[in-house]
Amino acid sequence: MAEAQDLEARFQARIDNEERIEPKDWMPDAYRKTLIRQISQHAHSEVIGMQPEGTWITRAPSLKRKTILLSKVQDEGGHGLYLYSAAETLGASREEMIAALHGERAKYSSIFNYPALTWADIGAIGWLVDSAAIINQIPLQRCSYGPYARAMVRICKEESFHQRQGYDIMVSLATGTPEQKAMAQDALNRWWWPSVQMFGPPDDASTHSARSMAWKIKRYSNDELRQKFIDQAVEQAKILGLEVPDPDLEWDEASGHYRTGAIDWDEFNRVVAGDGPCNRERLETHRRVHEDGAWVREAVAAYAEKQAARQAQQVAREANAGEAEQSRRVSRGREL
Amino acid sequence: MADTMPLYEVFVRARRGLEHRHAGSLRAQDAEMALQYAREIYTRRREGVSLWVVRSGDIVASQEEDAPAFFDPADDKPYRQATWYKLPEGVKNL
Repeated sequence: MAEAQDLEARFQARIDNEERIEPKDWMPDAYRKTLIRQISQHAHSEVIGMQPEGTWITRAPSLKRKTILLSKVQDEGGHGLYLYSAAETLGASREEMIAALHGERAKYSSIFNYPALTWADIGAIGWLVDSAAIINQIPLQRCSYGPYARAMVRICKEESFHQRQGYDIMVSLATGTPEQKAMAQDALNRWWWPSVQMFGPPDDASTHSARSMAWKIKRYSNDELRQKFIDQAVEQAKILGLEVPDPDLEWDEASGHYRTGAIDWDEFNRVVAGDGPCNRERLETHRRVHEDGAWVREAVAAYAEKQAARQAQQVAREANAGEAEQSRRVSRGREL
Repeated sequence: MADTMPLYEVFVRARRGLEHRHAGSLRAQDAEMALQYAREIYTRRREGVSLWVVRSGDIVASQEEDAPAFFDPADDKPYRQATWYKLPEGVKNL
């Protein structure tokens, strides 16, 4: 008992001292579970996020935009892999994590339950959704768990390209024909509020926050990060000549921040609970693709088995040849 | 006798939170001895808080002479860098 308390005290002291926790260190079960939940859900978000954008790869307006989008979607898959690997350092298995997603025990970022209806949505996703993701992820580079923090450094660097390419699409559309500008405005209208909600429920309703803060898994509150996003994005929208769809939005001179109108948390909760426009489609697609890919995983395993058997045969053959050689030498020795 | 000992690669984590970095290699008769030697050879001045030793033969490496062809898929994709995109004047935090 006293020993457990010692371990816990040492663990917390390390965190308080801004040291990182590494995979082989002792850690409280709840810390491990919280991280597995968070990192796996983060990984699921990256992979599910490939779906809304992936549908536009074949319909991109130019070869340039198509190659950029391909690279971006490929990056998202890579981010999923960095993160699944980080979760595996905590003892979670890939299969369990995927099963939890399919069994709806694990969630992914609710934003991906909205559809990408027009090409302008690809711009708005890169600009708004990836901006919000970066604001969320920058503090995670200093997360107390080493492998997660290090994965985040790579991811943030790559997200920066995602954000820029999105804004670049928005610039092209906003400075294009009136129809193109209207498309950009329409995409902003649909993606604005879901992006604002990406930071999660307001601080007074956030269930996991306090403990995650003490463990330095989380460093800023949902509302602080959300405010940062709003302040940045409103200014960026102005440069595009587009209007943020919030009639109550106003600049608050005293605090130096923009104040938004009321955020529709009922809508957010409804989508998180499974009733967004694309929840079922996203999960069904993931399940189907995973099942369709089973033969590839089986083929890889069968090939590895065959290679191992061949190698074992080869080793046995060489060993036999060696023995034969040795016995020849021995008999020659006798002759001499 | 000494040259029958396998080669090990040594990785040192300088500080908690940093990744293990390759420091060099050594010969040892087994993994446990490799770890002891690594401590004496690579961390005599508190250079690390954690060591990894890996049999050199277990490392699968790309070939130097194949590098141009091997890494060529990234050559024509400068648009994967954020700095490739021109931003309108005055835009911040992108």
